[in-house]
Amino acid sequence: MAEQRTAVLGTGQTHHRSKRTDVSMPGLLREAVDRAMADADVAWSDIDAVVVGKAPDLFEGVMMPELFLADALGANGKPLLRVHTAGSVGGSTALVAASLVRSGVHRRVLTVAFEKQSESNAMWALSIRVPFTMPVGAGAGGYFAPHVRSYLRRSGAPEHVGAIVAAKDRRNGALNPYAHLRQSEITVDSVQASQMLWDPIRYDETCPSSDGACAMVIGDEQAGDDAPDPAWIHATAMRTEPTTFAGRDQVSPRAGRDAATALWHQAGITDPLSQVDAAEIYVPFSWFEPMWLENLGFAADGEGWKLTEAGETALGGRLPVNPSGGVLSSNPIGASGMLRFSEAAKQVMGRAGEHQVDGARTALGHAYGGGSQYFSMWLVGSGKPA
Amino acid sequence: MTAVESEPAETPEQPLSAPLDIGFDYTRSVGPVLGRFMAALAQRRILGVRGSDGRVHVPPVEYDPGTAEALDELVDVAGEGTVVSWSWIADPLAGQPVQRPFAWALVRLDGADTALLHAVDTGGDPTSVHTGQRVRVRWADEPVGHIRDIAYFVPVADPPADAAPTAPAPPAAATGADDDTTTVDTVVTPVQLSYTHSASPEESRYLRALADGRMLAQRCPGCDKVYIPPRGACPTCGVPTTDEVDLPDTGIVTTFCIVNVPFLGQRIAPPYVGAYILLDGADIPFLHLVLGCEASEVRMGMRVRAAWKPREEWSTTLENIAHFEPTGEADAPYASYAHHL
Ligand SMILES: [Zn+2]
Repeated sequence: MAEQRTAVLGTGQTHHRSKRTDVSMPGLLREAVDRAMADADVAWSDIDAVVVGKAPDLFEGVMMPELFLADALGANGKPLLRVHTAGSVGGSTALVAASLVRSGVHRRVLTVAFEKQSESNAMWALSIRVPFTMPVGAGAGGYFAPHVRSYLRRSGAPEHVGAIVAAKDRRNGALNPYAHLRQSEITVDSVQASQMLWDPIRYDETCPSSDGACAMVIGDEQAGDDAPDPAWIHATAMRTEPTTFAGRDQVSPRAGRDAATALWHQAGITDPLSQVDAAEIYVPFSWFEPMWLENLGFAADGEGWKLTEAGETALGGRLPVNPSGGVLSSNPIGASGMLRFSEAAKQVMGRAGEHQVDGARTALGHAYGGGSQYFSMWLVGSGKPA
Repeated sequence: MTAVESEPAETPEQPLSAPLDIGFDYTRSVGPVLGRFMAALAQRRILGVRGSDGRVHVPPVEYDPGTAEALDELVDVAGEGTVVSWSWIADPLAGQPVQRPFAWALVRLDGADTALLHAVDTGGDPTSVHTGQRVRVRWADEPVGHIRDIAYFVPVADPPADAAPTAPAPPAAATGADDDTTTVDTVVTPVQLSYTHSASPEESRYLRALADGRMLAQRCPGCDKVYIPPRGACPTCGVPTTDEVDLPDTGIVTTFCIVNVPFLGQRIAPPYVGAYILLDGADIPFLHLVLGCEASEVRMGMRVRAAWKPREEWSTTLENIAHFEPTGEADAPYASYAHHL
């Protein structure tokens, strides 16, 4: 069967908080799923298959969520798959769901990703001390901070650019009713005055620890034609590379560059900065905005920070980045990638509310995970792909 | 294909292994349906939930298995029921509800349409349990709002003469109030995992060299890159690596992080400098600690040497090197390590 045109029919997410003790894990997922199905105007009988993603099992001590959650996801008697790719899992889960439709196997697929960080301790889970090694690991911040330092050295970016990203994303988060952190008063100065946690990363430049879930309904061309404002999927890409090898570029990993090149090529994009209207990029630590702007090809190597510094990534700039507030405002790890993908879809559907980018017709959703070894991304548009 | 018996290959040096024990007390917010089920257990009552088709599920499910509808009609069921199926556990594991031989059984309580998995104690006698047997709940002495408030089941007809030894009681649940009803909000679920972590043959040779105060690496025959620790195969060429190389214990800091944040399980008191150390002659850095100067004086390109612990403390670990410290030599030029970032 020829490749099918594919669209996001509806999206839903929870209110993200540091502790959602009011709901069970199934209840948390259903809050997102029920909203996505209402947004897509579909019933359980319309769903052909379910694809679920979550962060690594130690993060919340739940193995085989596909068994535990089948009832809550209406998946009994239907295909149910689980996807694993560390922090990028929300993105790759959406891409697996999209591929089931694009290939012509299913007409409508429900996809959902989640995390209840409050039930565990991700910092602990990421710092398990393996025998025979030096116990210097210090969670995700400790892992990424040296590579941020390398970026600063390589690009010569001024120190305040990281604080610009953090202040922008948190203020954007204040426009998003679902965001965990909503800090309309935050400033570049107050970010710079916050505690240095993993030098060169400050407290206010760090993502929060959140409970939350995100869901989408993805449909085929007929379903997209029948939907009032579908987000058509114009291109998708995933790439992987080893966490360490001699000569690896840890600042701008090749897997990310190759995925972006493939994405732009597939979508016929020759000048991403001019042709993309909004981007939801996985930025768990503020400096990753300029780093990924370069890795994705929005700016030349060493130049990404200039877009940020000039205000081009703020709402109203040439390329608003993370109008939803991004990972810096809400970080239910397993869901964070899918939130990027669904927020991109909401922009081109015209359903982003107060953080809507005026006239957005083309938007990028991006996620990365592990030691910057997994990359997934999609480009969605309000118009049907050629 | 025919199986051929053969002598095991000569293995003068077994790969090294060591225990890796991890554990965490996960908290579970149970939601409104299981929260009421657990609160009822604390009152020695068992609740089921009525499904979309009228069947009563015990334990309750939050969403109907057939229609996926949210369910909320809770109904009382009996503390007595029938064994639907069972399996004998001759050697109970630590933490299992009954600490003498017992049966895991699917018990359908009177008033329920589904079976609950729980323990049946017959005083250790495997011949005293059977399908169709009538059993009743033996409640814990002090219920806390947890599935283990049902300590175990015993046969109605011929219960054992003595109480079964049981595992320690679970941690108490956190409760809340939902209108006039007390609910359980959160239960604690301790999880412990005990692994034996094995090093590869190549890593084991490197670790044994460390116990002699040597830094043993391997060079890839395809790309000439020198890896420490050695990996046995080159990650870019995919070929086995066999050429061993001794490296000096001097090198440079390529990049680093100053860790100021305390966290659960941390082994080094903050603040400390976690740095990528590139040994002279190596093509890949490893993470280690830098001391011997103020954290604020550590620089990219700074020359460092290993500060070894006293020889009598050495074993097969990179921890034989207490830390790296500045040599005082001029910093390496950026261009010499830019491709290692
Ligand atoms: Zn090689």
